[in-house]
Amino acid sequence: MHSDRAPLALKIAAAFGLLFMHVPILLIFVYAFTTEDKSYQWPPPGYTLKWFGVTWGRADVWEALSLSLRVAAISTVIALILGTLCAAAVARTRFFGRETISLLVILPIALPGIITGISLRSAFNLADIPFSFWTIVLGHATFCVVVVYNNAVARFRRTSGSLVEASMDLGANAFQTFRYVILPNISTALLAGGMLAFALSFDEVIVTTFTAGQQQTLPIWMLEELVRPRQRPVTNVVAMIVVLVTFLPILGAFYLTRGTDTVAGQGK
Amino acid sequence: MAEAALHTAPTLAGRASDLLWRRQGLLILLLILPPALWLGIIYLGSLFALLAQSFFSIDEFSGLINYEFTLSTYAELFRPSNLDIIIRTVVMASAVTIAAAIIGFPVAYYAARYARGRWKALFYLGVMLPLWSSYLVKVYSWKLILAKEGIVSWLFETLGLTWLLEAYLSLPILGGNSLSVSWTGTFLVFLYVWIPFMILPIQAALERVPVSMLEASGDLGANPGQTFRHVLLPLALPGVVAGSIFTFSLTLGDYIIPQIVGTSARMIGQAVYQFQGTAGNIPLAAAFAVVPILIMGVYLYVARRMGAFNAL
Repeated sequence: MHSDRAPLALKIAAAFGLLFMHVPILLIFVYAFTTEDKSYQWPPPGYTLKWFGVTWGRADVWEALSLSLRVAAISTVIALILGTLCAAAVARTRFFGRETISLLVILPIALPGIITGISLRSAFNLADIPFSFWTIVLGHATFCVVVVYNNAVARFRRTSGSLVEASMDLGANAFQTFRYVILPNISTALLAGGMLAFALSFDEVIVTTFTAGQQQTLPIWMLEELVRPRQRPVTNVVAMIVVLVTFLPILGAFYLTRGTDTVAGQGK
Repeated sequence: MAEAALHTAPTLAGRASDLLWRRQGLLILLLILPPALWLGIIYLGSLFALLAQSFFSIDEFSGLINYEFTLSTYAELFRPSNLDIIIRTVVMASAVTIAAAIIGFPVAYYAARYARGRWKALFYLGVMLPLWSSYLVKVYSWKLILAKEGIVSWLFETLGLTWLLEAYLSLPILGGNSLSVSWTGTFLVFLYVWIPFMILPIQAALERVPVSMLEASGDLGANPGQTFRHVLLPLALPGVVAGSIFTFSLTLGDYIIPQIVGTSARMIGQAVYQFQGTAGNIPLAAAFAVVPILIMGVYLYVARRMGAFNAL
């Protein structure tokens, strides 16, 4: 189109916005290699790979990482089940309380995390439930449902209902229909939702500070280091690895849900 | 269906699915029950338990919770020191929201209107990656940037502008010993961490604006500024409002950012955290937690009136 040349000012403003969002994270990558271990001196006085080895040998980092991975895996599974069920019910049918259910799913992430965290904590106290691995999972699964739900509900809306009817007409029962017709249709959406839920749980810190007892997930470990720094270079290395690890599911989710590009004015 | 049933023996699965097909209501009930129970009991249950506690009070001498209905805990919110915390937080949330809209708008507009193909994907990832990358790492990166010996001081020094930075830091309220212990620092980190939440809804709203409308405005004699002011901005406003819900709400409830980068003056999140933790005053913590819920309730109501939910 002839008029589709962006004004220079807009280009500069957009570039500035993108740079603002990316430069700080890139700086972490530089700091992971610095030889300076007492302060955040810039430019780094020298570069070394030493801190990667030091981090590798730290048992507390490994324990925190392993706990985070286990919590994220189980929370993701719970969120996948609950989110899909909810999306299936909301997407294809109108029933009383539909809006309430959508609101209920979104609420844990719409309200500030501290409110979710403190309510769960006081509820655990009231019910005399000791803090454990499962109290962390309980909190995480609750706010992960919404990501799976969002992905699944969008896919359910795009999947034609006549497919299900055709399958039933051809003699498949509900379970066969689910296994052979519905599941293949929504699988990439679920995979994308699951990846995002995993990333969300892996990174969560605000709710976790309230629902964890003595255990340290990786974000809790980082928070400790931020408040009371012990060995800054190790924190730098862990920060860099966390960035790299969370990029993978995001990129994965992006490629799985691609192909739904819209043109200006055509979006609904 | 009937014919198929004649040929196959009625298995349990077959009978169950016939029942579900005939009674859609039962199917929906079975689908909705597990998530509704989970969210209803675990989430809403604890939320209401917390809110109920805000109507209790704490005995000043014994430090024990007095389980009798009272509004005195809410009255405590209006003590000058507590009122300060609320006002400070709301001002910060507003400042962050406005700045995020100003910086985010050009990114969203470029991505929606001009970026095509490969660039479109790049812009999408350019917003999604910061959105999803670790919250703590993002906060940490600013601790590095704003530190006294960090890159900002270095930049000012290299440009020979150290005097300017020092003059800024000596300002009351905005300044401080270094940027990492000033309100300016807190503001920058909030802005950085929440800005992707502003860009995405604005972009979604702008995607729906047909280019022909902007061209028509130009054809009818409007200059670019007028087109922006009278055509583009009103159409994008629901997106801006939708984005502001996130930036506002997230800033209201955060307690980690002001704790790591900022002054010793508290925000609502920190107050809630301290009252429930070290102070052991759950009723006051609960009453404080009600403040963001109320503010967001009003905010969401206004946003709904402005059609912001269609942009989500």
